[in-house]
Amino acid sequence: MDGDDETSGPMIDEIYANGGGDDGEKRSRRAIMSGDQLDIEAYAALYSGRTKIMRLLFIADKMSNAGTQLEALRMAYDEIKKGENTQLFREVVQKIDGRLGPNYAMDAAWCDAVDRRAEQKKEKLENELNAYRTNLIKESIRMGYNDFGDFYYAHGQLGEAFKNYVRTRDYCTTSKHIIHMCMNAILVSIEMGQFPHVTSYVSKAEQAPEALDAVIVAKLRCAAGLANLEAKKYKLAARKFLETGPELGHHYNEVIAQQDVATYGGLCALATFDRAELKAIIDNSNFRNFLELVPEVRELINDFYSSHYASCLEYLGNLKANLLLDIHLHDHVETLYDQIRHKALIQYTHPFVSVDLNMMANAFKTTVAGLEKELEALITDNQIQARIDSHNKILYARHADQRNATFQRVLETGMQFDRDARSMLLRSNLIKHDFNLRALRKL
Amino acid sequence: MDPLEALVAQIQGLSSTSGDINRLHSVLKQADESLRSESTRLSPILSQLDPSIHSLGFLYILEASMPAPVTRTQAETVVPIVTRFIGACSTEQIRLAPEKFLSVCRKLKDQVMLLEAPIRGVAPLFTALRKLQVSAEHLTPLHSDFLLLCLLAKCYKTGLSLLEDDVFEVDQPRDLFLYCYYGGMICIGQKQFQKALDLLHNVVTAPMSTISAIAVEAYKKYILVSLVRHGQFATSLPKYSSSAAQRNLKNFCQPYVDLANSYGTGKIGELEAYVQANAEKFESDNNLGLVKQVVSSMYKRNIQRLTQTYLTLSLQDIANTVQLNSPKEAEMHVLQMIQDGEIHATINQKDGMVRFLEDPEQYKTCEMIEHIDSSIQRIMALSRKLTAMDEQISCDQLYLSKAGRERQRYDFDDFDVPQKFNI
Repeated sequence: MDGDDETSGPMIDEIYANGGGDDGEKRSRRAIMSGDQLDIEAYAALYSGRTKIMRLLFIADKMSNAGTQLEALRMAYDEIKKGENTQLFREVVQKIDGRLGPNYAMDAAWCDAVDRRAEQKKEKLENELNAYRTNLIKESIRMGYNDFGDFYYAHGQLGEAFKNYVRTRDYCTTSKHIIHMCMNAILVSIEMGQFPHVTSYVSKAEQAPEALDAVIVAKLRCAAGLANLEAKKYKLAARKFLETGPELGHHYNEVIAQQDVATYGGLCALATFDRAELKAIIDNSNFRNFLELVPEVRELINDFYSSHYASCLEYLGNLKANLLLDIHLHDHVETLYDQIRHKALIQYTHPFVSVDLNMMANAFKTTVAGLEKELEALITDNQIQARIDSHNKILYARHADQRNATFQRVLETGMQFDRDARSMLLRSNLIKHDFNLRALRKL
Repeated sequence: MDPLEALVAQIQGLSSTSGDINRLHSVLKQADESLRSESTRLSPILSQLDPSIHSLGFLYILEASMPAPVTRTQAETVVPIVTRFIGACSTEQIRLAPEKFLSVCRKLKDQVMLLEAPIRGVAPLFTALRKLQVSAEHLTPLHSDFLLLCLLAKCYKTGLSLLEDDVFEVDQPRDLFLYCYYGGMICIGQKQFQKALDLLHNVVTAPMSTISAIAVEAYKKYILVSLVRHGQFATSLPKYSSSAAQRNLKNFCQPYVDLANSYGTGKIGELEAYVQANAEKFESDNNLGLVKQVVSSMYKRNIQRLTQTYLTLSLQDIANTVQLNSPKEAEMHVLQMIQDGEIHATINQKDGMVRFLEDPEQYKTCEMIEHIDSSIQRIMALSRKLTAMDEQISCDQLYLSKAGRERQRYDFDDFDVPQKFNI
């Protein structure tokens, strides 16, 4: 395996090779997400900064396989050692629990040294900030708070970091400063999981009067997409990811990799878009660049669009294990998968007057009984207008008779009005009676 | 001359023209006290009077001669007399003294109940009710008594014939409450659940300042019937119902509200377990039978849902999906529902398949057109009534004075002044 320090560019090619080797099937160009096992090293190389550590720890938590778990922890350990977050370090050491030998044990000396240095730096920063404040130099104060934010962020005190970043707002003089502040706030909020903050700072940044740098725009789209994803607004999330420009590159590795944009955007779009919109994705040259990075998702969107549901669902099934290890997507995988499956079922039945359930079950790689249950749920939900001939195992489309339905509705509405009006008359008479009683009493 | 004999003579003499009758009425009013004191001697006199000609006098004497507590033997003699009188009496005359007439009818009701033969009171009370009624829309206090007797005598059909009238004019809210409550029960007995629901709805949503026992009992039945009829129950009452009802009714009927919630989950096992656990409560409210109908309606509803989804389904599958014990039981349910016209289906007994069909109603028949036409006519009449009512209220002096007062209280100028000063 290659070392951690290798740049991510050539890494991607490496990854394809790895995936393909494992599978040995016709689908040679398997992405990182493919296969039975996640290649953690390749995965980790996509990210930088805190999210890399957090993602590794997340994988370690979710993995049942002890080998990969330790591998993830080992890499997290190495990564933390490069930074200054002693609290996280202690947690990881506790999780490793000596299973990786003496090299990965508790390094108390390092902790103390880092902590001491942190104390000193904090003191220095405080002094500086106080000096700036007495001199009332706006730009310096902003820098002071910003340094404080950076400091806290590096040490894992996200709440404090957020506060300090937001404080710089009062001292921003140019829109560039404001955007800088917003980007910092967004970054910390994403780390904290405070996605409502993300949304509000994204919109704040987008309101900046000057035209934004394309990279910044792409970053903002990603952040907004993530926020919508977390809020379960999959359609909006899909739109945001689709709007993300190719300028993103590796610039936002501390939050999201290009591969993630493709995966998140692709899945959300599959789950919520109609055919015309899906076609637009396939034709969208911007997004195609992203999709090229994760050919699995590209294939699966193409399959879905060209109605090869079996292979589409197979791709999805292969991806699932790894998607569940994704720090942002794991909660939504089930919902998205359900929605995609339902959409596939609906789309499959749509053009037909009658559908042989045996063939349909084949297309979806499921049993007839299971398919019947799924269809039943969809029909009850009124998502498919059809009825099942359970004897001959055929699904018949059902065309609602508008005329009959109208008659029925009219009669029902008439009855309803009749009832309401009569009981209203009665009530008003009762009220009048009450009125009369009081009037009589007064007399 | 004995004052009683004189009175009889006066009754006999003054029963022809309306002027005479008015005079007789004032005489009788004065004599009422003395009549009561001699109640034991009155019965023979009745034989001297013709109930159809001397209705008013007959009424006064009859009323006075009926003592409050009676023995069975007394009742045996009195009931036929009253029955005959109600059948023969003249409508104009008895309307002059409605309280007396009511009192006689009420006593009749008490006595047939004492005799444990409520059916003997049904016909006379119906006649009495029609005679007392000014129009079919008028609710007399006798309505509820009549329906009660119908219920006790299990003459539901007779009761239903009365319930077909739309009632708008009400003297006493209590009469209406009882009328609707008993009426609802009769409709339940005849399985006319929609009608029952409407009647009970009237009780529950009627304007009231305090909760009455009638309203509570009606609400219990309302919950159950709406489950049977619609398969669901909205726990919140409509906005127009009184605040007392909105606040308190639910607290008195907790087991029923819970039942509705349990029904809402759609799980038959849960529902049955709940009914089992609370059977005593329902039993003591005399609602257990209705509760059982609620449970069986759940099966029906589940089967009905299948018709939306399937064209054919084996009886075994039906039994599995709606949690019946055997295909045989499922067949019985489906058969019953086909008979009742609740679903359209055919059963193929050879291979145990049920074929669900579409509703054959095409809305093309003459009957259907006529039905629609009559509905339109009915609604037009109703809407005319609404307009008339609206006009009447907007001309009502009391209403106008009250509405005017309230407007004044929130006069715009009152709020305008301080704002000016603020600036």
